[in-house]
Amino acid sequence: MSRVRVLVGTRKGAFVATADAKRQRWDISGPHFAGWEIYHVKGSPADPDRLYASQTSGWFGQLMQRSNDGGKTWTPVGNQFVYDGVPGTHQWYDGTQHPWEFKRVWHLEPSLTDPDTVYAGVEDAALFRTTDGGQTWQELPGLRGHGSGPKWQPGAGGMCLHTIVQDPSHPGRLFIAISAAGAFRSDDAGKTWRPVNRGLKSEGLPDPKAEVGHCVHRIAMHPSRPGVLFMQKHWDVMRSDDAGDSWHEVSGNLPTDFGFPIDVHAHERDTIFVVPIKSDSEHFPPDGKLRVYRSRTGGNEWEALTNGLPQRDCYVNVLREAMAVDSLDACGVYFGTTGGQVYASADAGDTWAPIVRDLPAVLSVEVQTLE
Amino acid sequence: MIRVVLPQHLRRLAQVDGEVQLHVDGQVTQRAVLDALEARYPVLRGTIRDHVTQQRRAFVRFFACAQDLSHEQPDAPLPEAVASGTEPFLVVGAMAGG
Repeated sequence: MSRVRVLVGTRKGAFVATADAKRQRWDISGPHFAGWEIYHVKGSPADPDRLYASQTSGWFGQLMQRSNDGGKTWTPVGNQFVYDGVPGTHQWYDGTQHPWEFKRVWHLEPSLTDPDTVYAGVEDAALFRTTDGGQTWQELPGLRGHGSGPKWQPGAGGMCLHTIVQDPSHPGRLFIAISAAGAFRSDDAGKTWRPVNRGLKSEGLPDPKAEVGHCVHRIAMHPSRPGVLFMQKHWDVMRSDDAGDSWHEVSGNLPTDFGFPIDVHAHERDTIFVVPIKSDSEHFPPDGKLRVYRSRTGGNEWEALTNGLPQRDCYVNVLREAMAVDSLDACGVYFGTTGGQVYASADAGDTWAPIVRDLPAVLSVEVQTLE
Repeated sequence: MIRVVLPQHLRRLAQVDGEVQLHVDGQVTQRAVLDALEARYPVLRGTIRDHVTQQRRAFVRFFACAQDLSHEQPDAPLPEAVASGTEPFLVVGAMAGG
């Protein structure tokens, strides 16, 4: 019988929640790595029991962990992330140039085909890869070497590479996103990159056709239609129908188009989910009502999903890594909040219930559908 | 033997209880002690000092014999009481909230 495993990274450890296909009764294990910030935990599509976790701390730096048994036990693996060559500089908050400095791993994206190969998106923004199960990590320097690096700048959360999307139909095609540089695409397995930000409009960037500098928060793709991308930008929900070559806005009737996560229904390619947040200085839901918004039309027309979510006095945030979908029928949708709740819907968002209510602030949520 | 006391998170990471005892050849310095510590527990590499620059991480401090040794040169001799094992070398995580 199918079951699901939800991987939750928080400010003070990782948690693993499991349930059968009904997704009503949950077993929670953790905290794993208690006291450490767990930016992301993700399983290999090629071997679901192979998990990787980014464990980090302001005191003791970056560690990487690997599990070969679905999160029951963990082993530290290589934690050395060294930029290739001379790191160079990027723009600092005050507009001056600032040297690239490694801070932490934000995002882990295991290969679609090889459990030992994993991409890592780091702060300060760069893309690394391991091909030996995490023992060693090498930068794919073509991204930082694109030439626009001096124009990249940190957002409030740091200059992070937070999104890595693999195109299953073009094995060499990768998309990444950086706050605040924008989206980039490689068609040669990460050797060379080009920015794919045409159509993005960002307040504060005087050049309306700026190639880089955009604060992209998240990109999502349905694997069966990889040419169509959905983006939650700092402001604006965007869509591309040509693999990022151009973007158009699909915010439509959202109450606010600021937010962090975006995801696509596992079986309906035009059904997408966002969590509108009031503004970039008020990181909480409008009107104290926690609402997921769903579009069944690939954007523009949105409906509020509220059943089971707090509709008064709710002032949590939902971070960019903190939403995921399973591939059961009906599609399950999951998200975590900075208030420590992890909510699940077993009916594509129609109704919600908390898996757990009182974790540390949730940084990331991933889900695995297991046979 | 050199005695080293690690903060709780690093003890858990290295899977040790209590003090660590290390044999150090030659002059007992910060660098020699940390080299021996990382050789015994490779998982600690990068957690106390940077992998490449070998600089102490900003929120980690070194104490011994009631002295803050954090800003001493890495190759300066540690106090005799540390070298003789009378006093431990303390690796301390800064007391900052979070």
